[in-house]
Amino acid sequence: MTRVHDMGGRFGDGAIRPEPEDAPVFAEDWHARALAVTLAGGALGQWNIDISRHARERLAPKDYARFSYYEKWLAGLADLLVQQGVLTRDDLADPDAPSGHDPHPLADRALRADAVAATLAKGGPADRDGPAPSFAPGDRVRTRARAENVFVPGGHTRLPAYAQGVTGTVVLVHGCHVLPDSAAHGRGEAPEPLYAVAFGAHDLWQAPEGSGDEVVLDLWESYLERAE
Amino acid sequence: MPHDDPDHPHALLPPDPALRVKALETILTRKGLVDPAALDAIIDMYQSRIGPRNGAQVVARAWVDADFRARLLSNPMPLLRDLGFYGRQGEHMVVVENTPQTHNMVVCTLCSCYPWPLLGIPPGWYKSDAYRARAVREPRKVLAEFGVELPAGTAVRVWDSTAEIRYLVLPMRPEGTDGLGVDALADLVSRDSMIGTGLPARPEAA
Repeated sequence: MTRVHDMGGRFGDGAIRPEPEDAPVFAEDWHARALAVTLAGGALGQWNIDISRHARERLAPKDYARFSYYEKWLAGLADLLVQQGVLTRDDLADPDAPSGHDPHPLADRALRADAVAATLAKGGPADRDGPAPSFAPGDRVRTRARAENVFVPGGHTRLPAYAQGVTGTVVLVHGCHVLPDSAAHGRGEAPEPLYAVAFGAHDLWQAPEGSGDEVVLDLWESYLERAE
Repeated sequence: MPHDDPDHPHALLPPDPALRVKALETILTRKGLVDPAALDAIIDMYQSRIGPRNGAQVVARAWVDADFRARLLSNPMPLLRDLGFYGRQGEHMVVVENTPQTHNMVVCTLCSCYPWPLLGIPPGWYKSDAYRARAVREPRKVLAEFGVELPAGTAVRVWDSTAEIRYLVLPMRPEGTDGLGVDALADLVSRDSMIGTGLPARPEAA
């Protein structure tokens, strides 16, 4: 069983509301602040991208459903700051309280304005040295039967439920990448070969729209087994 | 650490989201963990400097330069680095080419992964539950909601961004653009055409 964020294929969400190309990048000022404070929080180096994704996924389903996009980011950030020991619950409960612990031990890691451009330009690549790939383009592979983290019950994984237990064809070999199922839980990066795998819409859905239509997912080697 | 804390710390913050972000910023600033000027710099970067015009430049150049196009499709990272379009959420780009046979479209069903250095911050609809849920199951109905109808015989290939690979669609060059230079062509390239939910503008409509 996956979590509430795993919504690919779900019914009931209604129409999409496209926006004009020239709509503001941030619909509200606080959206921009939420994005910026989240990136600045990440720059403290107390978590990786997989931990931060899992923090949002771990919101209570009722919160995940009612929160807007950037509210999820804020909630995930607040939870992580406490979980990783950067802030305390008391800090959150009383933002204006005078702090007795200044300066914070991580203060020298704070992202400074003059370092923003270089930090964003540097990025955070996920490719690593690792084992040679077992599969090649054209190989038929089947995904694991359940889209679940095999290390931690309810843990982070990037295999969506709609693609569990399905057979597809490798189309790209991306090299070795950090395994989110491991890295999200402090178990190390455990890099594995990563593949783009194409699945026929007719293998994924009860009522596919087009006979030649496909969905391609990026999947780690341990999500896959060879299929004939 | 508790895996599911029924008493999430975020609930301690004020309920109004604008006040919630203000509270977090206040706490972190007071402790020296956040520099408010750095927040301004991040916002300026994504509001004014990094956006879909970057991607449009790349697409337009691929339309006029066969060698550039070949390298963009086979090994884009050295090219994108040289152009200054490398960075956060664009470390591992793959460019997928639309043809009369295949129309590509990009989604992230699990969150909102998107090629920031080339397209900026994703629009609201890209992050919506409706797009995330439906793009993989009924892409043609989704395309219709964007006003896109594909010719019979064109297959749809939807790329669900489940890893750190980020996808950019290289749309087909519109007809009637033979004499146009790179800048004029780039003006025809919409953000949505590089996600695959739109098509480039025709020159007379641009």
